[in-house]
Amino acid sequence: MIWPIDLAILTLVVVAAIGALMVKDLLGASVLFGAYSFMMCLLWSIMGAVDVAFTEASVGAGVSTVFFVAAVFRTSRRTRD
Amino acid sequence: MKIIGLIIVVVTGALLIYAAADFPAWSDPASPASTYLSPHFIEKTMEETSVPNIVTAVLADYRGFDTMFETTVIFSAGVVCFFLLRISRREEEEPETRYYRHVLTGVTIQLKEGYKIPPSDDFERIDAAWTPPDLIIKTGCRILIPFVQLFALYVIAHGHHSPGGGFQGGVILGASIILLAISHDLRTAVRRMSEKLMAILCAVGVFIYAGTGALCLLLKLNFLDYSALAEVLHVDPITARSHGILIVEIGVGIAVMATMIWIYNNVSSAGRYRQGL
Repeated sequence: MIWPIDLAILTLVVVAAIGALMVKDLLGASVLFGAYSFMMCLLWSIMGAVDVAFTEASVGAGVSTVFFVAAVFRTSRRTRD
Repeated sequence: MKIIGLIIVVVTGALLIYAAADFPAWSDPASPASTYLSPHFIEKTMEETSVPNIVTAVLADYRGFDTMFETTVIFSAGVVCFFLLRISRREEEEPETRYYRHVLTGVTIQLKEGYKIPPSDDFERIDAAWTPPDLIIKTGCRILIPFVQLFALYVIAHGHHSPGGGFQGGVILGASIILLAISHDLRTAVRRMSEKLMAILCAVGVFIYAGTGALCLLLKLNFLDYSALAEVLHVDPITARSHGILIVEIGVGIAVMATMIWIYNNVSSAGRYRQGL
């Protein structure tokens, strides 16, 4: 484990997570959530859990982002709170 | 209300971080899990199941009962999405005017109620809000989809030796059909993989998994003890465990693929199965 890369990715995970919660535009939030999943995937692979990283990349960053975008497309794009 | 929520989140987070300090250090060989459980898997997996990838062996064999219900959870997610979102054809009023497009020339014709076109492959039904898909995206995705599907099959079949397996391969296989639905339109994807087929495949995947377990039970061993399959497959019990893992991985792959496409179809068209994204 190379600690500067680890630290950088961990920072990006936290930034993406807070960003996905704070942003008003739901499409942006789902894209940020995809970025969060991808950073988590990198974190898993750094820790040597390649199978989990693979699942995270395909399910978290891939398909669930598509589901979120589809749901946003069919509902409203802005949150009310 | 927001402030109360923030306080709860901060307090819970602080407690979790405080509790995490008691965890054994990352990859600590003296931690309880690494002293008796992991060494067994690391040393014995190859001679017990002949599967080089320990994660796959643990997931589908040692912990197979758990994975079976994970597949059932995926299946229920698809079914729940269907029940919540799908608008049945009887409730949905069939539009009075329908639109058909001649595939070769691109001419669109409008049909009033009561009229029909002669059955032929030259016409495809389109929606009122239909927009022509971009040629570059369409062609690019058409080139890409076979390779995506081939990779997905590789991931499922090669789960014994490299990272991968039923879940990941099934998701990628489903994503290739979703890519078709995004780049063309939902009708094109549904023509290839109909709703009924998705519902059946969803259940078939779970059935393959549970059926393999029940077959082991019928062959006088424990539920999901794949070494019982040795008689059926005509191999020694250790290779039979490896083959059993492959069979259930295929079941998981089918179930996950069908569920992903099913959920996407229902979510992206709000249950109407018309124009997708």
